[in-house]
Amino acid sequence: MAEQTAKRPVSVPVMADLAARGESPEILFWVGCAGAFDDRYKRVTRAFVRILDHVGVNYAVLGKEESCTGDPAKRAGNEFLFQMQAMTNIATLDGYGIKKVVTACPHCFNTIKNEYPALGGNYEVIHHSTFLQQLINEGKVTAQGGESFKGRRITFHDSCYLGRSNNIYEAPRAVLEVLDADLVEMKRCKTNGLCCGGGGAQMWKDAEPGNKEVNIERTEEALATLDGNAAALENLQGVQSNAPAVPAGAGSANSVIAVACPFCMTMMADGVKNKEREQNVQVFDLAELIASAEGLNA
Amino acid sequence: MHFSIQNILFLLVALAGFGLFAWQASRIRANVLMGRDRDVSGDVNDRLWKTLLVAFGQQKMFKRLTPAFLHLIVYVGFIVINIEVIEIMVDGLFGTHRFLQFAGPAYSALTGTNEILGALVVVAVTAFWWRRNVNVVRRFTGSEMRAWPKMDGNIILYVEVVLMVALFLMNTADLKAHQLQNLTMPGSFPVSQFLTGLLPDSVPMLHVLERIGWWSHIVGILLFLNYLPSSKHFHIIMAFPNVYFSRLIPQGQFSNVDSITHEVKAMMDPSYPVPAPATNPDGSAVAPTPFGAKDVNDLAWTNLLNAYSCTECGRCTSVCPANLTGKLLSPRKIIMDTRDRMEEKYNEPLLFNPALYGKEAKHDPQEQLDKENHTLLRGYVTPEELWACTTCNACVEACPVNINPLESIIEMRRFLVLEESAAPNALNAMFSNIENNGAPWAFSPSDRFNWADELFVADKKELEVRS
Repeated sequence: MAEQTAKRPVSVPVMADLAARGESPEILFWVGCAGAFDDRYKRVTRAFVRILDHVGVNYAVLGKEESCTGDPAKRAGNEFLFQMQAMTNIATLDGYGIKKVVTACPHCFNTIKNEYPALGGNYEVIHHSTFLQQLINEGKVTAQGGESFKGRRITFHDSCYLGRSNNIYEAPRAVLEVLDADLVEMKRCKTNGLCCGGGGAQMWKDAEPGNKEVNIERTEEALATLDGNAAALENLQGVQSNAPAVPAGAGSANSVIAVACPFCMTMMADGVKNKEREQNVQVFDLAELIASAEGLNA
Repeated sequence: MHFSIQNILFLLVALAGFGLFAWQASRIRANVLMGRDRDVSGDVNDRLWKTLLVAFGQQKMFKRLTPAFLHLIVYVGFIVINIEVIEIMVDGLFGTHRFLQFAGPAYSALTGTNEILGALVVVAVTAFWWRRNVNVVRRFTGSEMRAWPKMDGNIILYVEVVLMVALFLMNTADLKAHQLQNLTMPGSFPVSQFLTGLLPDSVPMLHVLERIGWWSHIVGILLFLNYLPSSKHFHIIMAFPNVYFSRLIPQGQFSNVDSITHEVKAMMDPSYPVPAPATNPDGSAVAPTPFGAKDVNDLAWTNLLNAYSCTECGRCTSVCPANLTGKLLSPRKIIMDTRDRMEEKYNEPLLFNPALYGKEAKHDPQEQLDKENHTLLRGYVTPEELWACTTCNACVEACPVNINPLESIIEMRRFLVLEESAAPNALNAMFSNIENNGAPWAFSPSDRFNWADELFVADKKELEVRS
């Protein structure tokens, strides 16, 4: 198709180059280690950059100068390593005079926003869900001209470090609403959301002995919600919810588990694979959904 | 006013009851203050507002409606009936009888409300008992819910019923004695008026029964007051300071360790002036405090206050992703262990001292616990529990009185990693990846920007021009 050839290369602006030219970007996009190295999450980084480029945001990335925020070290108790990472990163950010940081990783977001100030790093930090919501509110992103999600069933899995940790529940939902999809909530959502199992440095180790993996428990809930399988939802432990189960009917063909965190992405995607449901349920990040709906993929 | 030997007796009983409670409270205060210092000054308005909503307003209870309503009945009953306890105290000390009756209609409203709440309390307490013993709610079970916590939960319910029965006995006997003598009884008694048939028709007997009800109610309350410090029921007092002193910062924000900050700054900038180590009054160096927590006195005093505020409801554990999937971790156990350890190491409670009643009465002695090395960490809480935590804050969010098990878990993880280098191997590998590659995975830092290679975006303006 002719449309597919109408693409242009994106040259991602690197902070060091901008500084050499005496320029300073409006925002710094903090990519995060998963966004830079994890093959699956690199697609999220690329989708988000396509949106930034398309909208014409004045942004830059640190490129090879970026380093781990120290979040996994801190959650695992290694305060020394965390502070080494934090102070190195603060020196880099302050060296460039960065004022505003946007990131697609709730763990990086929480760490830079809440834990860097005590170590001297003060920035306005925005998670990409809030940033995308702003672009939508400003009319810069309309989710038109690309893949249609109209009527498709989507459930949003809250990231702990976005939700309970920082009280961001509405922004990701507002982003999804623009897709005109059939949004359904899991029983354990928002403040009662169940962890994917990946936080607190669990991502890097095997789980302790138990009778189930956390991501399987969560994926089963997500799938039952998408399927409208009320019976499966009855067995949920923990939070009691007065929300009625989603009625069965639409089924889960072509439905989506939406996430806004690299660890949730890995955990939920592994869960869907484990449940052998990849053929009809996909796990996408908000940025990927918006970039697709906007028709930015090339 | 009939001043008699009863009033002197009452004065002595009341002094003994409140005195014993004050002594117990001072011992618990001393235990809590064994914890590390934490600055909780300032933000008074925010703290008061939070206390009003969460503690007085029961805000977080309403995440689960059934227990919220049952608990609300008992809570409101406790507060309103205690207004009548003020009357009982005054009557007891000065020989008056129902001295608040001067309030007229307001007194009728008070006694009437008390009676209705009293009856509702009996209903609610029965429902609570049912949930604990017959149709057992899952969160009331678990490895930490051993013999003593289970018995404690029931004792509280039985005592509450006894107190309500005493209240009704007092009111009904008083009411019937008035009726038999054609006297006007001050106040309104919507429940007792239906109970008069249960009591004898003799006025002297009714006077004795009224005294029995009166004395049982007030002595019961004083005994119960002194039971609290040994019980989970202490939450009725400790919930308020605990909520007041709970965190105002985002749940995701973990504390920074200041001593480490100085060290890291000195490493990055050799000219950084590291503060001199603290000294004792005699000039000797203060023994350095360990990184993280090995025992209860390594935790902040607010974490120790948490342990005395816990009513063992298990909401934390019931939403813990690790516990839900069969791991050993139970946030409630971390909090209960903290209290048990404080009571073992410092001032023991009046009742159910673990040494007196045997460990099994309170605690689950796990085989893997190291009896020699007896501290909170390893003596009570195992590394396996600590490493199962995903730091998701579900337990913190769930707690109706703002207890924060996560802070204690992280402090113990810090001790394991920084003092004992005892992290799981996989996490040590993650640490060295961060140190060497600046990423928790084993990727080369030179590949960090490869994601931007061959990146294209659909040119929508170009597309519009073409179409």
